[in-house]
Amino acid sequence: MNACFAKPQKKRIQAVLDLASGDKRYKILEVHMKKHQYRQDALIEVLHKAQELFGYLEDDLLLFVSVKLKLPPSRVFGVATFYHFFQLQPQGEHTCVVCLGTACYVKGADKIIDAITRKFNVRPGETTADNQVSLLTARCIGACGIAPAVVYDGTVTPRTTPESALEQINQWVQK
Amino acid sequence: MILNDLLQIKEKEQAARKKIVLRCCLAAGCMSSGSKGVKEQLEKAVAEAGLQNDVEVRGVGCMKLCCEGPLVADDSNDALYVKVNSKNAPSIIAALKGGKAEADQTDPHAPFFANQFSIVLANSGLVDPERVESYIAADGYQALHEVLHEMTPKEVVETMVKCGLRGRGGAGFPTGLKWGTVAKSAGAKKYVICNADEGDPGAFMDRSVLESDPHSVLEGMAIAAYAVGADQGYIYVRAEYPLAIARLQIAIKQAKQMSLLGAGIFESPFNFNVDLRIGAGAFVCGEETALMSSVEGKRGVPRPRPPFPAESGLFGCPTLLNNVETFANVPTIFRKGADWFAKIGTEKSKGTKVFALAGKIKNTGLLEVPMGTPLRAIVEEMGGGAPDGGAIKAVQTGGPSGGCIPAQHLDTPVDYESLGKLGSIMGSGGMIVMDDTTNMVEIARFFMEFCMDESCGKCIPCRAGTTQMYRLLDKIANRQATARDIEKLEELCDLVRNTSLCGLGQTAPNPTLSTLRFFRHEYEALLLPDRHNPNGNGSVKHV
Repeated sequence: MNACFAKPQKKRIQAVLDLASGDKRYKILEVHMKKHQYRQDALIEVLHKAQELFGYLEDDLLLFVSVKLKLPPSRVFGVATFYHFFQLQPQGEHTCVVCLGTACYVKGADKIIDAITRKFNVRPGETTADNQVSLLTARCIGACGIAPAVVYDGTVTPRTTPESALEQINQWVQK
Repeated sequence: MILNDLLQIKEKEQAARKKIVLRCCLAAGCMSSGSKGVKEQLEKAVAEAGLQNDVEVRGVGCMKLCCEGPLVADDSNDALYVKVNSKNAPSIIAALKGGKAEADQTDPHAPFFANQFSIVLANSGLVDPERVESYIAADGYQALHEVLHEMTPKEVVETMVKCGLRGRGGAGFPTGLKWGTVAKSAGAKKYVICNADEGDPGAFMDRSVLESDPHSVLEGMAIAAYAVGADQGYIYVRAEYPLAIARLQIAIKQAKQMSLLGAGIFESPFNFNVDLRIGAGAFVCGEETALMSSVEGKRGVPRPRPPFPAESGLFGCPTLLNNVETFANVPTIFRKGADWFAKIGTEKSKGTKVFALAGKIKNTGLLEVPMGTPLRAIVEEMGGGAPDGGAIKAVQTGGPSGGCIPAQHLDTPVDYESLGKLGSIMGSGGMIVMDDTTNMVEIARFFMEFCMDESCGKCIPCRAGTTQMYRLLDKIANRQATARDIEKLEELCDLVRNTSLCGLGQTAPNPTLSTLRFFRHEYEALLLPDRHNPNGNGSVKHV
């Protein structure tokens, strides 16, 4: 499979492998791949682990995965861009995920987003200029019984209002 | 592991049961309201009161009334405490000794609970989802034993045909027929896949089942695998459900340790392994061919059928694909018999259906009712109607693939055919109630935006059609459209519905079409004047 790389790309692969050899996280990732016996159908599992370790999927990381799983880089990049869960950009210090499922929407999740966008000048999918807070949206996290739900740094918070959301983000920004 | 071992575990578990069991909900809804801390406080209070020998604090799955969480049930006093927090939790223990509980209570015999008929949720809120022994004590894995030792695969399929169960993922395909087709397909390797990619926004039944009773799904899959001749199963679960994933991992590990999964289950020649596959946020992966493509580690793009997965599915092998709720029904069907199951529900839709009731309604949460229950009984009697005295305007079923059922049709019985007649679908079971403050054009636009974002881009009608429909809806919502735009929208709906490759595109126009059918006046109230409509309605205040 690697034969498809032209010469400069070969150099790049070597550079990525050199970089990887000095980074512990790459080692953990490789152990994870080994657990899946380097199976190509475990690509999504591997990318999950990679995102968990690195926070987002940068190009070098994707290239590393493609070399190790013996997959064309186009396939790895294609999968990484297809699924919403994978982030290709570095995220802010904190993440604020507003659920936009139907129940949350009907109960005013859009107003929460509006309020955050206006106050902190950040649109869904963006990070504030000071790199503190990333505003993201989710397509239903299944917490419809306690809508509208917002996930602050992985913690689901029930029955959010625009005011309580602004207060939480304010705390992060002021720190 | 033989039957005796299973019965022994059951007896041991029942003998170890303490006099009083306090059940504390540890499903995702209550967890985010702090139920973990509540459970710790309860345990601490039990220890402080010296009641360790009499009182067990058990972490259980969903207790259904999610809006009032965290929930704690005390069966000895027939009490259900709501919105418990760490502060008032110790008073619940004090109440066991004649004190007064400070936590609020709700009536556990209110219509919301009393009118439920539980098959899928029978164990939910009772068994500890993180202990297989707890499931075994509730007669778990007995159906699998009986199937493996007393039935041939053919008899299993016949039972499934006889019980009349239909796929709970939304389309309602007869489950027995599907099992039969996969069983007949030639192939040395076959797969069973459980679709737990509950992408429909506003639905959380599958999440609750996986969090509350994961073993029932595993047992159902094992029975299915025996029937069709598969030895490998996958559960494809959304990454958005971390708790469900964790509980499934625990369940699979425990089942393997007890040889309830793996090689030679119950000392029979039957082998079955289950692996988890975690999704990565793509609604289209709920479609079966897209899901299999994702399990193979590729982009979740659907392909034309035939060949159907029953003939050529995962890795080109015959594959049985069912929804979580479908599998969760299976153990009970074999324990209680196909005839028992076939008596529940309506003529064409057998059994029960779990609904996730949410939106502008008093009681939000999970409910399971027999098929054919009128919508009114669900939303008004059990759900308690709109909060703050508002009026229910419509009920949305089936998510982005379904439609809005207006209030005047609330007496419709809930079954596959009746909902279809109203331009909606049963869907996976999400039920969002909207009151008179909800703008139906905005709802249609919301769902179209969802479909536009989630379209995988493979076929043009869906990729381009949803975008154009969204633009038209946006134009209408912003009061910039004319009557001609509504006509154009209807034409496009028809085109996309009939020419898209997979279910996502084929059903994407449903929310728009059903709101146009029942709430056309709301669209027309937003129009600008044009040649055919010289006065326009754009200046009329929209209600």
